[in-house]
Amino acid sequence: MIVAPPPATEPRAHRFIGKKRRPVEDRRFVLGRGRYAADITLPHLHHVAIVPSQYAHARITAIDVSAALAVPGVLGILTGPELRAKTKPLRQYLDIPGVEWFPLAGDVARYAGEWVVAIVATERAIAEDAADLVAVSYEPLPAVLDPEAAMDADSPPVHPSHPSNILYQRTFVWGPVDADFAAAPRTLKTRYRWHRSATVPIETFSVTASWEPGTSMLDVWASVQMPQFPEQIAEALSIPLNGVRVHFDVDVGGSYGVKRGIKHGVLVSFLSRHFGVPVSFVEDRLENMRGGDMHGPDRIFDVEAAYDDRGVVRSLRIRTIDDEGAYPGRSPLQMGKPVGAIVGAYAIASVQYEAIAVTTNKAGQVAVRGFGQAPTNFAIELTMDRVARNVGIDSLEVRRRNFIQPEQFPYTIPSGTAYDSGDYPTVMAKAEALADYAALRRWRDAARAQGRVAGIGIASCIEPGGGNAIFQALFNDKDKTTTFPEGCQVKIDRTGTISAQIGISSSGQGHETLVSTLLGEIFEVEPDEIRVIHADSLAGLPSQSPVASRMAIVLGDATVGAARRLKDRMLRIAAHDLGRAPEDCEWNGTSVRVAGADGAERTWLEIARIAHLFYHRLVPGMEPGLQTQFVIEVPTGGTLPTAEGRVQMYPCHSFSAHVVAVEIDRGTGKVHFHKYALAHDCGTVINPDIVRGMVMGGIAHGIGAALYERFVYDDAGQLITQTFADYMMPTTHEVPHVDMIEHETPSPFTSLGQKGVGEGGYMSTPAAVVGAINDALAPFGARVDHAPVTPVDILECLQ
Amino acid sequence: MSRHDITMIVNGKRIERSVPARRSLADFLRDDLQLTGTHLGCEHGICGACTVHLDGVPVRSCILYAVQADGAEVTTVEGLSPDGTTLSPLQDAFVSCHGLQCGFCTPGMLMAATALLRENPHPTDAEIRDELGGNICRCTGYQQIVESVQQAAREGFVR
Repeated sequence: MIVAPPPATEPRAHRFIGKKRRPVEDRRFVLGRGRYAADITLPHLHHVAIVPSQYAHARITAIDVSAALAVPGVLGILTGPELRAKTKPLRQYLDIPGVEWFPLAGDVARYAGEWVVAIVATERAIAEDAADLVAVSYEPLPAVLDPEAAMDADSPPVHPSHPSNILYQRTFVWGPVDADFAAAPRTLKTRYRWHRSATVPIETFSVTASWEPGTSMLDVWASVQMPQFPEQIAEALSIPLNGVRVHFDVDVGGSYGVKRGIKHGVLVSFLSRHFGVPVSFVEDRLENMRGGDMHGPDRIFDVEAAYDDRGVVRSLRIRTIDDEGAYPGRSPLQMGKPVGAIVGAYAIASVQYEAIAVTTNKAGQVAVRGFGQAPTNFAIELTMDRVARNVGIDSLEVRRRNFIQPEQFPYTIPSGTAYDSGDYPTVMAKAEALADYAALRRWRDAARAQGRVAGIGIASCIEPGGGNAIFQALFNDKDKTTTFPEGCQVKIDRTGTISAQIGISSSGQGHETLVSTLLGEIFEVEPDEIRVIHADSLAGLPSQSPVASRMAIVLGDATVGAARRLKDRMLRIAAHDLGRAPEDCEWNGTSVRVAGADGAERTWLEIARIAHLFYHRLVPGMEPGLQTQFVIEVPTGGTLPTAEGRVQMYPCHSFSAHVVAVEIDRGTGKVHFHKYALAHDCGTVINPDIVRGMVMGGIAHGIGAALYERFVYDDAGQLITQTFADYMMPTTHEVPHVDMIEHETPSPFTSLGQKGVGEGGYMSTPAAVVGAINDALAPFGARVDHAPVTPVDILECLQ
Repeated sequence: MSRHDITMIVNGKRIERSVPARRSLADFLRDDLQLTGTHLGCEHGICGACTVHLDGVPVRSCILYAVQADGAEVTTVEGLSPDGTTLSPLQDAFVSCHGLQCGFCTPGMLMAATALLRENPHPTDAEIRDELGGNICRCTGYQQIVESVQQAAREGFVR
């Protein structure tokens, strides 16, 4: 039984929740007073530069650092063999003995850009001067670059001590898939390709570490959004976990999943302890793009659908091959999260799902916004478009015919996850109305009649929110982790002011605003008077960081739980001081009064003063002060997978429906947005501007993934998109104005009905945009089944 | 490495320093003057996060040397507020519209938008998008940034 927050005492009509409120974080950012990891300075701080591998796959035969060491200002140089002798490998989440990952390459470099040597100097520029003087001798090995070729038994191995380049392969069958296919009047099969891209924050990864021998304590400031970051540093360096203090009061300049920095944190912490000085490493853009291990999913999907003449889909077979690059870490689990929404928003009765993780000589993959759900949803949604086209119905209509209906919730999908709540037809209807779909179709048809190339795309998505460790157990039998907690500590001091501590850093999600809004609502005080601070990893409560669109859900409910506990205690203090039983008293705004009596009451300040100063008036046996904490397990969490791999993945399921109209320039193949409208449902909204920003930001990432962004490797395994001039990200010119409307179906699993909202835009947009392109290309008898779709791809289709 | 004595006015204050020839203006502002509001995103002059004003004109401080700013007047994001505490109308609009999330590109956005509004106090939506097209934001999808600039323009941007 998971402990839920105590019942509400605050008024039912919200004063602050769902109302416009200026986010508290924004003020320091517009003043230029944010404090990011690269802004941290310490006395005697030294800086790191990296020598990367020039080859995709090569034996390192010699490293000569003598000239580099002679550069004035260079304190020391570290090579892979030395680091490996003194640290443990970085954590793998798959059970893959023989695949060892360290911050620096050992005798073999496994991708171009992999870190080989680290140089510590008084200034970054000096460290870079010295890096140029390091001579590394390589003996090139054959590079493995194509994930399917990598699966061949005779492929050169990326990790010779592992049996093959396949790191994980399992086929799940949920329901009578073969029977459903055999019985279906129609089937189709398509291959989709989601190319390697990432969310690429404007801030690169930065970390500063300082080892203090007097206390055997490691202090770390990092631009990190990572569950288990302190543990992984402690494990790699064999430091007790209570000797690693990660400071979470660092502003993180964007993450969207990728700011993991495990190898960065371990390397810099090691360097600080090894050389006896505080050390800082701020990735430059090349180090970030080529060697930062921050690329996202890179997948091939083979999808089969069994459906009928009305376009109702009965069953799916999905096979996905994910190119993890050289070092997988946590990234293969991104094929696990989609298990919890493997049928999208549709009442599909059975599913076969095969997940294959392959290693190649490319940079390591990492978590990206949606944790693998964006590519999977891309494949599901484009399949729905194909079903619609094959039976001759509209792509909006095919979705309507397949939607799970509002009265079916909670609805358990074949893979075992219960969707909590939703009203997909209504949200789709809102999107249809907002876009004026009928008018859009007339616009498209008129444009086509004039010889123009125009199309409309539709996509929906289920956005699982809340997080859960269950994909760790699903993909690794030896991992029995079922806890994915979050905590909040709340204090009221002797002057009555309120402060809260959260155990995470934020990368733009507005957690201080979230927590203070909820506390303001429950305590019935102005949220702007409440202070929220980010505790360090030793002072804070258990946390799994702001992944999985989980903070409104779990930090929200931890906050609500702590606040209600504290209110209950204050009521008991006041009742005792009034000489009454607690059940005879009630809250009246910020005072406690005797219910229905003469108005005798104790004010907020009086209660705080009794708790802190007047022990003789405190409830006998009660601890002094006003402080409490609440740690919550993710709702519906705490279970292990069944033998068939059925899982309750995340607790909350948001929904969105996108309608996109595009026009394609016949001469250049460029895609112009004519209209972008969407409706979304993330349950109870806490801060409307933050919600809007999250949705919109996800759309911008989705447009990038659909049209522009791709990490391209050449035939020798060199990354050829190394800068923002080659890896193109959408600007104000590429992201259109978006019309947006909300719908609120509260979640039954959270205290206020809130759900997650950070990832849905990114999950829907690529399918909606590519769907619109395909509609535009349909009169030419062409379609594309990959992302990103470049102008060249489109021009080929138009010819 | 040759060093050079340089003098500039930074956010209204006269600064005299000796710097190596190769130090970028961004590094000079951040490391020598501790004005860490100027952020480095790409160091290739593409993302715009490091935008400052040099004699009133928005420039990429990552691809200018500090010595190139010798004798110039430099304004950074820290100089937008008249007293370091009060928000300028544009800063206020960014907070009001939540025209940011992580805050990392924000200083560059503010510097670019300030330059726009000085030249063109009532820009159209297209003009705003045009002027901010050289600043990349990965959080917001730009919509609330455009709204922020519109709001500042509406409320009479004066500076």
